[in-house]
Formats: sequence, C-alpha cells, structure tokens
Amino acid sequence: MPTLVYVEDHEGELSRGSLGVLSYVAGLGDEVAAVLCGSGVKELAGETGRYGAARALVADDPALEHPLPQPRVDVLAKLVGDRGFDAVVFAASVLTADVAAGLAARLGAGLNWDLVGLERKDGELVGKRPALQDSVFVDVGWKGEPRIALIRSGTWDAAEKGGQAEVEEVPVELQDFSQKAVMLERAHAESEGPSIEEADVIVAGGRGLGEPKNFGLLEELAGALGGAVAATRAVVDAGWYPYASQVGQTGKTVTPKLYVACGISGAIQHKVGMQSAGTIVAINKDPNAPIFEYSDLGVVGDLHEIVPKLTQLLKERKAS
Amino acid sequence: MLRGRGVGDVKIAVCVKETPEATARARIDPGTHRLDRSGASTLNPFDTHALEESLRVKEKTGEGEVVAVLMGPPQAADSLRKALAIGADRAVHVADDAHAGSDLVATARALAKALEREEAELVLFGQQGSDSDGAVLWSAVAELLRLPVISQAASLELADGKVKVSRQTEYGYDVIEAPLPCVVAVSDAINEPRYPSLKGIMGAKKKPQETASLADLGLSGDDVGADGSRTEVLALSEPPSRGESRKIEDEGGSAADQIVSFLAEKKLL
Ligand SMILES: Cc1cc2nc3c(=O)[nH]c(=O)nc-3n(C[C@H](O)[C@H](O)[C@H](O)COP(=O)(O)OP(=O)(O)OC[C@H]3O[C@@H](n4cnc5c(N)ncnc54)[C@H](O)[C@@H]3O)c2cc1C
Ligand SMILES: Nc1ncnc2c1ncn2[C@@H]1O[C@H](COP(=O)(O)O)[C@@H](O)[C@H]1O
Repeated sequence: MPTLVYVEDHEGELSRGSLGVLSYVAGLGDEVAAVLCGSGVKELAGETGRYGAARALVADDPALEHPLPQPRVDVLAKLVGDRGFDAVVFAASVLTADVAAGLAARLGAGLNWDLVGLERKDGELVGKRPALQDSVFVDVGWKGEPRIALIRSGTWDAAEKGGQAEVEEVPVELQDFSQKAVMLERAHAESEGPSIEEADVIVAGGRGLGEPKNFGLLEELAGALGGAVAATRAVVDAGWYPYASQVGQTGKTVTPKLYVACGISGAIQHKVGMQSAGTIVAINKDPNAPIFEYSDLGVVGDLHEIVPKLTQLLKERKAS
Repeated sequence: MLRGRGVGDVKIAVCVKETPEATARARIDPGTHRLDRSGASTLNPFDTHALEESLRVKEKTGEGEVVAVLMGPPQAADSLRKALAIGADRAVHVADDAHAGSDLVATARALAKALEREEAELVLFGQQGSDSDGAVLWSAVAELLRLPVISQAASLELADGKVKVSRQTEYGYDVIEAPLPCVVAVSDAINEPRYPSLKGIMGAKKKPQETASLADLGLSGDDVGADGSRTEVLALSEPPSRGESRKIEDEGGSAADQIVSFLAEKKLL
C-alpha cells in the first residue's frame, strides 16, 4: 500500500516543511502520494512530483480555503477509506497537528507525534521520538494501518528529486460539525519588525523578564554584543514583543554563532528554532529548567541582576 | 449531544492531567515502557491556564459551573483536589486500572465519554502536557464528540453563544469563531493563573469529587489501555550527547564575569 503525505500550502506556496517530509518519505522506497487541501490549490499540485510524489491528490473546494483542521479530516478520512494507505505522514504545524489527531480518532488509528526519524525495519515502519524534554529516544511503532505520523518541524530539508506527479482531483464531502468553526481573520506574513535570521548574535527573552519593559535590558545587552533581540511565544502572545522576533516552531528558525537565552524555560517548541546555534548561553533562576539540558553555559540566577552587569562589563571591555 | 445554552449560566469542563514535578527527574520505565509515575507529581502547569480561563469566563458571566476532568491513576486525585482548591466547582476522576498504557486515541475515547455526560458548553484544554508535549489530544476528543475545535488560543471571548479566539500559527495571528458547544485549547500566554487561597484549599475537601470507572463510561477493556491503543513503544535509547556543557550558580551578579570569560574563550567577543 502507498504512503500518503499531507502537503500544506500558504499564500500560493507549498510549505518547505511538508516538502521536506515528502522527499524524505519518497526516499524510503515506498510509493508516495501527496495530498493537498485548499481552494485554488490545483495548480500547485504538480510541484510535489519534483519532491518525489508519484501522484498528487487534490481536494480543491472553496470550503477548504482557510487552514481549519476539521474539513481536512473529512477529506483524508474518505481518501483513506476509499483507497487504503499504509501510512499518512504530516510535517507538524499548528494546522496538521489538529488534522492528524482528528483523523486518528475518526479512524481509530495510531498516531505517533514529534518524530525526528522514520525508517523501515524488517519491513515495518518505525518512528523515532525524543521524549521527556529530549532526555530519552523512543522507538515507536503502529499496530496496523493507517500509521499516522507527525514529524517534528525542521527534521528534513526539502530535496528535489526531479520526478513528475500525476494530478488527480478527489471529492470533498464535509460533515456539519466540521464546518462550524469559521475563520474571521486570517494570518498573513508580517514584514514589519526586525530581521533576526541574519544576526550573528541573538539575545532572547521569555516570561522570566517579568514585564514588557524589561526587554530594554536585553536591547542594551544586544547592543553591547552587536546582536538582535528575540522572544518566546509566551511573551509574543502576551503582546510584549513583536511576532517577527519570535524564535521556535511557529516563529523563526535561527542559527546565530551565539544565542543568549534569558528567562526562557526551553520548551521543545522553542528549541526547534534555535538548537543549531553555535554556542548557547542560558540564564534562568530555576536550576531544573529544560534549557540547561542543551546549553553550553548554563547560569543559574536572576537575570535582572546578571544582565545589566554583563552589559556593563562588555561596554567596559569595548572601551578599553 | 451537548446542550446549547446561552451565556449566563455557562458550564465549562476543563481537562487537566497530572504530570511529574519539574524537580523530579521524569523517566520511562525500561520494563513497561511507560512513564514512571512513582516520583513527585503535580497538576500540569499548562492546565492551570485553562482552569484560570474557565474561572474568568464564569466570573464574567456571573453564574455557571466549572468541572475539572482528569484521567489518571488513583494518586492523581491530588491534582484534581488542587483544581478544586484553585476554584473548580466539581471534579470527575476517570480512573480504572484498564486505562494504563492508553495512547492518544484510547485516552480521547475515555475523556470523550466522561465529557459527553457533562454536556458542557465549553470544553477547555491546556496547551500541552509537560511530560508528553503531545499538544493534540483536544482535536481527537472534539472529533469523538463531533464538536468544533480551536487550538492555541492566545485570547478567548464568549458572546452570543459563540466563542471567538485569536491564535498564533506559523504565519501570524488567525481569528476563529465557533458556536457553542465547542472545544478550545488555550496557550500558556492567555492569562496569569491564580494560586489556590487558604480558603480554597480548606473548601476543596467539601466539593463534589466523583470517580468514573470504565463501566460508568460505558466502555470496555478493548476500547482503552494498551488493548485500545494502535501505537506501541518498541525500544528506548540514549539521545546523542551535545558535548560538554558548563553550569554555574550566580551570586548577586557575579556570574557576569564568568560569562565574559566564557565568551572570550569561545572567541565570541
Ligand atoms: C504548537 C505550539 C507551537 C509553539 N511554538 C512556539 C514557538 O515558536 N516559540 C516558542 O518560544 N514557544 C512556542 N510554543 C510554546 C512553548 O511550548 C512554551 O510555552 C514557551 O516557549 C514558553 O515560553 P517562556 O520560556 O518565555 O516561558 P516559561 O515557560 O514560563 O519560562 C519562563 C522561565 O523564566 C525563568 N525565570 C523567571 N524569572 C526569572 C528571573 N528573574 N531570572 C531568570 N529566569 C527567570 C523561569 O524559571 C522559567 O524557566 C509553542 C507551543 C505549541 C503547543
Ligand atoms: N489524562 C488526561 N486527563 C485529562 N486531560 C488530559 C489528560 N492528558 C492530557 N489532557 C489534556 O490535554 C492537553 C494536552 O496534553 P498532552 O496531549 O499530554 O500534551 C493537556 O493540557 C490537558 O488539558
């Protein structure tokens, strides 16, 4: 049986994350079909062939215009029911996490999430999942198909394979309850705000700053280091700092030479955006904060005392 | 089906779980391949935000009821008591040995059955379990209840029998609306949770706390636990190590010197 890979799109482009998953899964040697759901997405479908899809299944319907999960569960459940798939694989996103879980519940199927590896071992699909703040790796399996998998964001880069996909439209039949949630305003790319992706040094702040004005401390430190300021989702959601500065799963992925994390707990969704930084320094008052598990230098202490002193020392050093 | 009442006497169910305390090193039992729950546990910190939001909605509308629903082993009753101390009116503990080893869908089945009996207008979830980082359970539960679902809510507004949510995605902020009854998972930025007061702690013991067995929920052993799960743990291994790391303790800002030396040593200045 073939494998189905969900390919997400936004403003006329296929997401790099889903193309990464598509090209990786195609490399496992199984026959792979891509599925796209949206309104006016048919013209994007052919591109999946270049990333290894033999077939592109397209659910193109105005009712699928907005990235809401439940109508997509209807489409995928019907596809799986009609055709049978060995596995349904998603690049994790806010949208696909909800689609995958809804689909697993509808079909009574197994869902393994946050995978950073997927292989065939003796013919059986096996996933690799870092668990408990990445302190242990777990090999996970499925008891029967369809095997539903969510892949941690940033796991595989999209690799062009140069093939062609046969594009086929599939029917869209939606349940009543699936259409009850409606999009009133849709997110769009925000161009305003500083660019943190190019910075060699990033000073990032989280809820440990205590209040929005304390980002001033980080701006001064960033100034002394010649870097940019970034933030966690917790403080961006709270309106303390702009979304354009957010690092993590739903923010930016950054690879500076130096990342200084101040008052950040170090959740996995934050880690995926900054783990490739050259050197990570963390300041946190909780000695058990997960961020210390992947810091090169961990400082247990109060950022309000340490950061201003650090800025002062760096300024003095520069002056001398 | 759940009732669709107007706002005014809103009934809210909040799904909470018990997770290992941050200070206790959580581990997976190499024998059973299950989370070792013998260490110190606590109410999942992410769920206190869902609880707080339910209390705020109730306080705003003046009337209503907040029910905390938890599936977990007997000792998890402590976490439910904490939810009552913080302000929930009632608690339902889904407890049965048969639930051990439940995966996402098996857990969703049990919770959906418990929630069906509650007929709440609003079912709230936290952002994630601090132990599992699953962050998907609500969608499976909503599917089984055949209710609309909205996740990652950074703000929540209830009016005219509808819930309006703003939430962050990879592309910025969406605003989504759904009619009640509805399932919503809230982000940890939605509010600053209150702590239990002494009065709350004293009063918690008198609040109704009910236990629901498998039979109470109309489920059989095949629906839940390892038998009802279509995923399995095959093996455990060590993660790749990140190389040497140093940890220092600050005293009154003294660490600043050490950070500068460290950066100089790494040629980062
Ligand atoms: C689907 C999804 C996507 C997500 N995407 C992202 C994302 O893109 N980016 C992201 O960052 N998160 C993301 N998250 C959220 C993530 O799970 C965490 O909730 C978030 O990263 C926590 O932010 P924080 O570290 O600022 O806050 P907290 O977890 O509250 O941590 C604050 C830390 O500050 C410390 N502290 C407090 N006071 C002080 C002090 N005086 N001095 C020093 N330290 C102090 C505390 O010990 C604590 O460790 C996502 C979650 C989900 C479910
Ligand atoms: N055993 C459980 N009982 C009740 N609610 C739960 C349980 N497990 C998870 N939840 C809810 O689901 C959310 C996501 O948890 P998780 O899927 O473990 O990341 C939590 O924040 C809780 O609101």
